[in-house]
Amino acid sequence: MKIGTPKEVMKGEARVAMTPESARQLQKLGYECIIESGAGDAAGYNDDTYKDAGVEVVKTAAALWKAADVVAKVRPPTEAELKKSREGQLLISFFYPAQNEKLMQQAADQGTSVIAMDMVPRISRAQKMDALSSMANIAGYRAVIEAGNNFGRFFTGQITAAGKVPPAKVLVVGAGVAGLAAIGTSTSLGAITYAFDVRPEVAEQVESMGAEFVFLDFEEEQQDGAATGGYASVSSPEFAAAQLAKFRELAPDMDIVITTALIPNREAPELWTKDMVESMKPGSVIVDLAAEKGGNCKMTVMDEKIVTDNGVTIIGYTDFPSRMATQSSNLYATNIRHMMTDLTPEKDGQVVHNMEDDVIRGATIAHEKAVTFPPPPPKVQAIAAKPKEKAKELTPEEKREQEVAAFKAQTKQQVTLLAIGAALVLGVGLVAPASFMQHFIVFVLSVFIGFQVIWNVAHSLHTPLMAVTNAISSIVILGALIQIGSSSLLITLLASLGIFMAAINIFGGFLVTRRMLAMFQKS
Amino acid sequence: MEFGFTIAAYAVAAVLFILSLGGLSGQESAKRAVWYGIVGMAIAVVATLIGPGQGLFIASLVLIALGAGVGYQLATRVQMTQMPELVAIMHSLVGLAAVFVGFNADIMINNISEIYEANNLVMGAVADDGYTAIGLPKEVYDGLSSFGQLIAKKTNVEINILKVELVLGIWIGAVTFTGSVIAYGKLAGKVDTSAKKLPGGHLLNAGAAILSLLLAIMYLGGAGSWTLVLLTLLALFIGYHLIMGIGGADMPVVVSMLNSYSGWAAAAIGFSLGNDLLIVVGALVGSSGAILSYIMCKAMNRSFISVILGGFGGPAGEQMAVEGEQVAIDADGVAQALDEADSIIIIPGYGMAVAQAQQNVAELTRRLRAKGKAVRFAIHPVAGRLPGHMNVLLAEAKVPYDIVLEMDEINDDFPDTDIAIVIGSNDIVNPAAQDDPNSPIAGMPVLECWKAKQVFVSKRGQGTGYSGIENPLFFKDNTRMFYGDAKKSLEDLLSRIT
Repeated sequence: MKIGTPKEVMKGEARVAMTPESARQLQKLGYECIIESGAGDAAGYNDDTYKDAGVEVVKTAAALWKAADVVAKVRPPTEAELKKSREGQLLISFFYPAQNEKLMQQAADQGTSVIAMDMVPRISRAQKMDALSSMANIAGYRAVIEAGNNFGRFFTGQITAAGKVPPAKVLVVGAGVAGLAAIGTSTSLGAITYAFDVRPEVAEQVESMGAEFVFLDFEEEQQDGAATGGYASVSSPEFAAAQLAKFRELAPDMDIVITTALIPNREAPELWTKDMVESMKPGSVIVDLAAEKGGNCKMTVMDEKIVTDNGVTIIGYTDFPSRMATQSSNLYATNIRHMMTDLTPEKDGQVVHNMEDDVIRGATIAHEKAVTFPPPPPKVQAIAAKPKEKAKELTPEEKREQEVAAFKAQTKQQVTLLAIGAALVLGVGLVAPASFMQHFIVFVLSVFIGFQVIWNVAHSLHTPLMAVTNAISSIVILGALIQIGSSSLLITLLASLGIFMAAINIFGGFLVTRRMLAMFQKS
Repeated sequence: MEFGFTIAAYAVAAVLFILSLGGLSGQESAKRAVWYGIVGMAIAVVATLIGPGQGLFIASLVLIALGAGVGYQLATRVQMTQMPELVAIMHSLVGLAAVFVGFNADIMINNISEIYEANNLVMGAVADDGYTAIGLPKEVYDGLSSFGQLIAKKTNVEINILKVELVLGIWIGAVTFTGSVIAYGKLAGKVDTSAKKLPGGHLLNAGAAILSLLLAIMYLGGAGSWTLVLLTLLALFIGYHLIMGIGGADMPVVVSMLNSYSGWAAAAIGFSLGNDLLIVVGALVGSSGAILSYIMCKAMNRSFISVILGGFGGPAGEQMAVEGEQVAIDADGVAQALDEADSIIIIPGYGMAVAQAQQNVAELTRRLRAKGKAVRFAIHPVAGRLPGHMNVLLAEAKVPYDIVLEMDEINDDFPDTDIAIVIGSNDIVNPAAQDDPNSPIAGMPVLECWKAKQVFVSKRGQGTGYSGIENPLFFKDNTRMFYGDAKKSLEDLLSRIT
């Protein structure tokens, strides 16, 4: 089968869905690759590099759509583009199906199968094809670079011969993938970085990146982020108010604010109000990564950079990944390639559209002339399985009953053991002579003492216990010592051997015990 | 010196021995307790040497000195990883000594019996009062050694009981002897550690045991000393065959069982010699070994019988399929994760001892602790090849004992732990014991390390543990496999952690 990538038609889009590197990998999966002439120019890959990688270069988009069985691109297709596709063709691209319902319906009617890269479920297995994350990562990095470009000072604090430079203060709102990337970039440039997120559980990640997490003095039953697939959800009005109050307090101190707060399928929440912008110092920069969804700051103008009356620059670009086209093309092409790997289980260049597979099912929005969006919840839960049900709490009466029963059982067991033991001892006493019984008493009592004493021995000292019991069991040496003086030569010989061996044991056992015990040190 | 003095000395020694065992309840008191044991032994030996009836005083001292030399060499040269072997081989000595002493008693009975005959008397005949033996004429009696005198004044019933005791002593001693030798061989790697049986299996053991019983009855019936010799040979065979049939990982039970046997052998000899100190010590050691065996069996959730019969039974039904894949990790990954972690629990197993990795583990612990991380050790009761084996190895590597914890003390802490490191253990961290009722190890208490946020498993390869069952731990999402020889892996890791 053939995989083709057309030139992006949207103005300013520099990315491309196939790179020479990804093409090589796709060919290993058994596919032939074709590309529209000039598709990779803006991303730094000219037609020749594709040809070198074994990719067929076709002149026009129309020819490409005609030849390819699978079309991989970046931006959602335009209506005109989609018309070029045919029944049975597979289209892989960003799609945003919730906003592009008409387009989705069109694809379904035409019989084009569509895999939306933005719908890949967030489960561990699918991370390698999570294009939203890889693009967000770039956006976060680029946001800091753009901010720096428009910021008149250093990020890092310096003391130079020409005077002292204070470090820049950066606030990152929303610690998702983009937010974390922004935090990482900002801290590595040397700025003092603060970060905020409505999910307090990300505080640890934020702090691990070297930023300071801004906590709110607010008690609310937070919804576990895990329940929403790791995305943030809408917060209560009280929480939002507390959050704004905190931002208002921080605003005058901040040099750079980067807002990344997005809630899936909703307009971006307003987090940075007009009065906050007005309280900021002249020369400060705001980068609004949510500009496409209306912006976290209402003064943001989408796709533009504006300067407010008090000299604050607000950047509302939405094409950060495209501004780093080579990097983002590489990552996106790799995401696509991983998707193809999952779609080609036999590595024979044939797409198997397995609708039973959670990842493929979740990302597919149109298949076999039907709209398949929204997908059912994935079978594999994104986060760990449900906690086990707790054991039933026992009432005090039941506990008491159990205790009594356990005590009775214990008593019964003890009495039985004692009875059997006593019967045995008495039985021996019936036949054995008194001289034997005198020793027998000693024996029974010693066993009893042994059991009492040994139960208290610490587990960690079991090896020394074995060594020391070993040494003292060599007490048989006494027997040999008594016998050695016998008139019989054989007895003397055997007794001598016995003494010798027991002596080895006594000295060896005690010495090694001492050696071991000396090693146990307290910290 | 009077006989009364000897017995008094024995009483003191017995108390000291009890104190020396009791002192092992804590690491500090144990250091004192071992001295009680040493003093007790010294008192007992000296009292016997200067007591009545001891001949060949100088020879005895020389023999003791020789034994002391050998024992000293053994004790100072042994590596701590070889402790199981040392303990096993020492048990064999006690067993053999018990056999010798037992045989001596039999020879002495025969000698006395001959003396009786020479004086036209019957050994063990009872006087008119029905209790006391008639005994020998005074001048003959005085000519006997003290041990001879002891036997000479016994009645018939007493002599029969004496014979029962010495048969028991010899039998147990002989089983202990060969059993310990084989256990030594297995632990030292000189004998194949897998469970091996001759054709006939346990029937052979049972047969040998029944035959021994018959021989014992014949011996008591007066069939002569050849029955005793034959019985000893059978016991030697049983000891050999029994331990051959038990696999390597069950050795903690075996060694403590042999420990117990050597005690019972000493007690039986004590009965036949009428020596209370031997009885007391034998009983102490016997019960100590029995308790250790019990603790070990309980820790494996197996009955004593099933351990002795050797090997694991087949699964009781369909075992749960293991899902997922084993994900490997390299030293860099582990080092980075350790660097980020605050609390770490290390779970050592026999693999650590085999790889001699305890020094590296200790060094890792020191470095991590120097960084302010909480590092602790979790010890399963059957980790290693000897009860408490891991504790001794860690102590040797100078890991402080207060961070080395037992299973029950630490099992609840895993959910709050960042990283659990499993070094060379397998079955004792197998979640199947809890999750899968059909698993052969179902119900065995295990260390719940998978509840930690992340688990690293240092392991040589993908093989299964002693029980031969798959370990679902290795397939869990939060588990990473750190393949390679434990010592080498840790060296790699140490080079990345400063």
